[in-house]
This record gives sequence, C-alpha cells and structure tokens, in this order.
Amino acid sequence: MPDAAITPASGVDVVRALRSAALAGLIAFGLFLPLIGFQTVQNMSNQLVLETRWPLLFALVAIIAGLRFLQDLVITPWLERRAARVRPGPTDAAGLRAQLARWLPPFALGFVILYPMLALALTGSQGALKWIDNFGVQILIYVMLGWGLNIVVGLAGLLDLGYVAFYAVGAYSYALFAKFGLPFITLLPSYPFLEFDHIHLGPWAFWVLLPISGLLAAFWGLLLGFPVLRLRGDYLAIVTLAFGEIIRLVLINWVALTNGYAGVASIPRPTFFGIPFTAADDGFAAIFGLEFSPIYRTIFLYYLILALALLTAALTLRLRRLPVGRAWDALREDEIACRSLGINTRNTKLTAFSLGAMIGGMAGAFFAGRQGFISPESFTFTESAVIVAMVVLGGMGSQIGVALAAVVMIGGTEMMRDLDVLKSVFGADFDATQYRMLLFGFAMVLIMIWKPRGLITTRRPSVFLKERKAVSGALVREGQG
Amino acid sequence: MSAAGAVLRVDHLTMRFGGLVAVNDLSFTAARGEITALIGPNGAGKTTVFNCITGFYKATEGRMALQFGSAALWRELEPLTQRGLRSHERADGSLFLLERMPDFLVTQQARVARTFQNIRLFPGMTVLENLLVAQHNALMRASGWSILGILRLPVYGRAEGAAIEKARLWLDRIGLTDRADDPAGALAYGAQRRLEIARAMCTEPVLLCLDEPAAGLNPRESAELGDYLIAIRDQFACSILLIEHDMTVVMEISDHIIVLDHGVKIADGMPEAVRNDQKVIAAYLGVDDREVEKVGAEVGL
Repeated sequence: MPDAAITPASGVDVVRALRSAALAGLIAFGLFLPLIGFQTVQNMSNQLVLETRWPLLFALVAIIAGLRFLQDLVITPWLERRAARVRPGPTDAAGLRAQLARWLPPFALGFVILYPMLALALTGSQGALKWIDNFGVQILIYVMLGWGLNIVVGLAGLLDLGYVAFYAVGAYSYALFAKFGLPFITLLPSYPFLEFDHIHLGPWAFWVLLPISGLLAAFWGLLLGFPVLRLRGDYLAIVTLAFGEIIRLVLINWVALTNGYAGVASIPRPTFFGIPFTAADDGFAAIFGLEFSPIYRTIFLYYLILALALLTAALTLRLRRLPVGRAWDALREDEIACRSLGINTRNTKLTAFSLGAMIGGMAGAFFAGRQGFISPESFTFTESAVIVAMVVLGGMGSQIGVALAAVVMIGGTEMMRDLDVLKSVFGADFDATQYRMLLFGFAMVLIMIWKPRGLITTRRPSVFLKERKAVSGALVREGQG
Repeated sequence: MSAAGAVLRVDHLTMRFGGLVAVNDLSFTAARGEITALIGPNGAGKTTVFNCITGFYKATEGRMALQFGSAALWRELEPLTQRGLRSHERADGSLFLLERMPDFLVTQQARVARTFQNIRLFPGMTVLENLLVAQHNALMRASGWSILGILRLPVYGRAEGAAIEKARLWLDRIGLTDRADDPAGALAYGAQRRLEIARAMCTEPVLLCLDEPAAGLNPRESAELGDYLIAIRDQFACSILLIEHDMTVVMEISDHIIVLDHGVKIADGMPEAVRNDQKVIAAYLGVDDREVEKVGAEVGL
C-alpha cells in the first residue's frame, strides 16, 4: 500500500521508533561498557589502574540511539516512499552490466600498463617511487597471489587457509639459493663417490630461480595434498591452516638454514636480463646512458610482477577451457558425480592444489627479490587470511573480481598509511593503519550484507553451443572442500 | 541364463554396515543387451547393491564381474579371481572384477555408468558443460594431459569439436538442444533426469545403472522415459540395470526382474513370473505373520 507510506508520522510511529532506539542504546551500552567504558592505564609508579570514560561512553550510546531513532522515523519511510514511487520498468541495467563486463578488462589492462608513466608524469620521480612501489607492485603481488589461490578455492572449491606457506617456500627458496648458490651433486669415480658443491648464479639468479622456486612450492603442495585432500570442508581448512603454521615455525626454528627470526638479508635483486640496477659502470643506467636513479628498478619490478600476474591469468583462463579446468568446476559442484563419471578426483585436486602452490611460490620468489630481505614475520596467518578474503570478496572464481578486491583491500591499507587528514581529527598520535583490521572486518560485514557471493557473482561457462550466457551465482556451488 | 550372455555377474555379494546387513549373499546375472530391473520395498538394499557395483562402497564379501567384448573371456573369471588382479584385458575384450576397483576406474575402465536417486548434476555448469565433463577422460588424453591444450595445438581443438558434436546428438535425443547454454540447475525436474541419463551415456558405458529414473516424473514423462531407455538398449549395445518403484515402467520395459527384500533375493525371472510371485506380493503388500507362514509353506520356503 503506497498510500500508507505517504501519511506523515503518527504518534504510534514515534513511540515505536523511541522503543527501538532505546533497545539499540541498551545493546550499545552493553557492548561498549567493557570496550570503551573502562580503560587500563599505567600510572607514574608503573602500576595498571582502571579508569572510566563515562562521558565518551554515554556520548556514543546517545549517538547510536539517536541514529536509530532517525532511521526508524525518517530514513526508512523515505526509502519506502521512494521505492513505491519508482515503478519497476524495463531497465537496461543488465545491458549496462554486460557493457561493463565487456570493456572493463581491456580498459583495466591499458591502465595498469600505462600506470608507471602516469605516476611519473603526475608526481615526478620522487613521488612516483611511492606510487609505483607501495601501490603498484604491492597490489600486483597480491593480485597474483589471489589469482593463484583462486584456482584452488574459487575453481576447485578447496578451502586452503595455509596458502602463505607456499609463498614462504618460494621466497625462501629464492633467497637461499640466490644468496648461497644452487646446490648440486657430482658423482666421483672413487670414495666418497658424491661431492656437494654450490653453483653461484650471478646476475641471472632470479631468472633461473623463479621457475625453480615455483616448482619447489608445487612439490610442497603435492606433498601436503597427498595426505589431506581426502578431507573435506572444515577439516581441510584446519589442516591447511596448520600446514601454514608448521612452515612458519620451521622457518623460525631451523636457524642454521633460515637464520630464524633474524631472517635472510641482502638477497640478490632481480636484474634486467643480466644487467644489474646499480650505479656501477655495467649497471642499467650506465649502459642505457641514463642518469642513475632507483626509479628504474622500481619500474622494472612493476612490469615484472605485472607480466607474472598476467601470465597467471592467461594460464588460468586457458586451463578453464580445457578438460582439467572443467573438472575443477565439476569437482566444486559435486564431487560424487565427478567420480561417477570416471574422473580421478584425487589427481584433479592435486593439480589444482600444486598449480596454486606454484603460482604462490613464484610470487614469493618475486617478493624476496624485491624486498632484498625476508623473515618469518612476512608469512603469518594474517597473510593467508587476506588472500582468502580477496578471493571471497572478489566472488569465487572470478579473476576480475579478485583483482578488484586486491586493489580495494591492499590499496586501501596503503592509503591509510598516510592519511594525515585523519590525524587532524583524532589527534597527532593516531595511526590509521592500526585500524586496518577493524575496517577489514567492517568491509567484510558490508559485503556479507550486500553481496553475499562477492563482487562478481556470475560464472562464465567454459564452452557454448549458440551463445555464451553467464550462469547466475545462485546456482553455482561453493564446494565443500 | 548362461554366463556367456552376461555382462555383469554378481556372486555372493554381502554388504554389512557394522551390525546391519544391508545385502546378504546376493547372486544374480545381468544379461547383455537387456534391461534388468532391481526392485523391492524401501530399505531392501537396492541402492546399496548399486553402490557396491559402482565402487562407491567396498563390498564386505562377494565378487562382481563385468565383461565386454568376446564372451570367451568369461572363462578367465576363475583364474583372474585366483591371481588377485583387477582385470584381464585382451585385444578382443576385457573382464573386470569390480570389487577390486576404486569408483572412478569402474566408470573409466570397466565402463559402468550410473545415475543417482537424488539427481546429481553440476547445477552451476551449463547443460553442454555437463555433457563435456562426462567425456573428461577422452578429452584429457586428447589435450595431452593439458600440455597440448595449453599450447593450443589443433589436436585438442578437433577432439573438443567432436565431443561437442556428441553432446549435441544427445541433446537432440533428449530434446534439450535449445537449453544447451543454460545452467543445468535451471532445468525442470524431468529434464534434469533426462540430462543425467544422457550425461552417463556420454561416458560410453556397456552397463548403465539407473537409480529410480522415473521418480518424480508424471505419467507422460514416465512413458517417454521407457521409450528412451529401450532406445538406449537397442541402439547403443548398452545393457541397463534399473532400480525403479514405478511398476508400470518396470513391467513395460524390463526383460528380467530381480526382487530384493531386506537384503535377500526373493525372486528372479521374467516380468510375468515375478508379477505373480507370492513372496513378491507379500513383500510389497505386507501380510500378517500367520499368512507369511502359510504363503511360505505354499511356495516351499
């Protein structure tokens, strides 16, 4: 009845709004009493004392109750009236969306290719360093990780909460082999028959070790996959989570190999196909007749990780159209039906798992080469959680969605590092990055409400007879592990 | 019936779940090129038999042998059982011991396909994709285990084209060509049933196991299903093992009927014989205890 909504607020409405406002205030009071009402501080003699913050507490409760009152009395009726007024007619929202889906990928690709030039032109050589490295490279590493995990979680439907383990394996493989040389064994004709030696790879280290790091990570993926892929759902998630922690603890405790908490420092940096980015005479700048600047290395790293990420995307797109990709999809949809069609589900899961691990390992090798220093700190569970969150937020299986989620989440975090605006509001010692996880959780709640299946909800069929129609997300299953 | 004409031979199959005996010492034969129906009241153990044959359950005891190609291979059954191997494969045919095979190999090598009581399609994939997943193993070989496929070699393109053509033939047959690019989950119930059978047929089986294909269909659809199954039997040299409650369908299309009750075979024969069997009538309609004894005495139990 649209007419009822137009009538002005009556006394009954006000009472109802007051009642719900009181309830909201009560809940807020209960929640905030321990969180905000009490505060522990150290006094002069280093003792913890309990302080109360009643004014702040009551101010917050009042704000929440007031907002609730406003919502019930003004905003909701207004929205209802508006909804009643707008007749649901033939809209071209679907057409618009199709156009967007058609043009977004090429446009985004063009933008990321031109991005370093844009940054240089707009912010100059000094400012561009921050924009290309902190934003560009950082986001692209996560895009690559997200796309790698997308194969495992989004396509094959196996929830892997320990993905960072493979990232770590790749990073440490590159760091140790590049620094100490690649070990190899020579057979001797006489006792002791074997000789161990290291071969130092020099300027080509990164290019040789990139595939090796990927393969080692894939090998660990297989090793983990064999025993655990018979598990499903929550159990698989728990075991993979534990695997991530095991790798991290080994990195911490195997001091002789990994140098423990102190990490591995001065890792050789990637070279421009053998030419190092140094100020020396045989450095990149000297050879190409440029003035030395750290920006060249940063730009090169940007294009390197862009190429790696695009390679990942191309590989995934191609595999999705092959029988193995369809088998991943089918595995996510219904594992028992897969087995009844003669598909070896264990091998199919292993391919997804180890391929995802390989991509994670290659991203790890890049990460180690870019940082020049790695320690177990970089491979905590939080990293795994962020990558899983990107895949879920992006929409399971959608590459564009995962990339968007990476931009929003990683870019958002980086943005918060230098928001001086917030400092003027909350005081000089306010550090926005500390609220990152809070905002993170807030974003997840919003996504759960508005887009419970992620940003991109449709699935693109791998093959078609007459026309390719996107499959509605409501029909696509998420897999049970 | 002689063993030579058999496609599947089940000997002394027993399946226990803890203390519960779901199937007890069941032996039967499914003849090549025939529709064999497995019927019985709810809880008789029919689906358990299916799950044992298709490898989803590991049978507690018993032997299940499947053969295609030259019937002479049946002579290898005892030696094969003794040797402890899975299969005996020759140029002119193959013999498999299904209880020794994992579920996916039962379909992949022994060429037994199945459908499920509660339909198990891939709802988020299109109708065409469902039929292509069923041809996974052939396509996987053609794509060189994905390597040739990634390189976009024409070998794979041709194989995929052939697979799509085969899928289209099945779509024409089940009248779903127009829905090929729609998600399987959006199809009507009857269409999903037909698609599941077509999908099973795309694995090129010699034995098709259908678990209640007529459940939930209206009388017209049931009649169509009967014709569809007879066509499969006659055109594709495919034997069918059928679990069904709809007696109209069963009596119409079955060449041979086996009746189970409480995991035990109580009748085995032609449809007319089974229809008039006192034990079958007792099992289906139920009788009080005195009558069971009386009927039992009459039929010599």
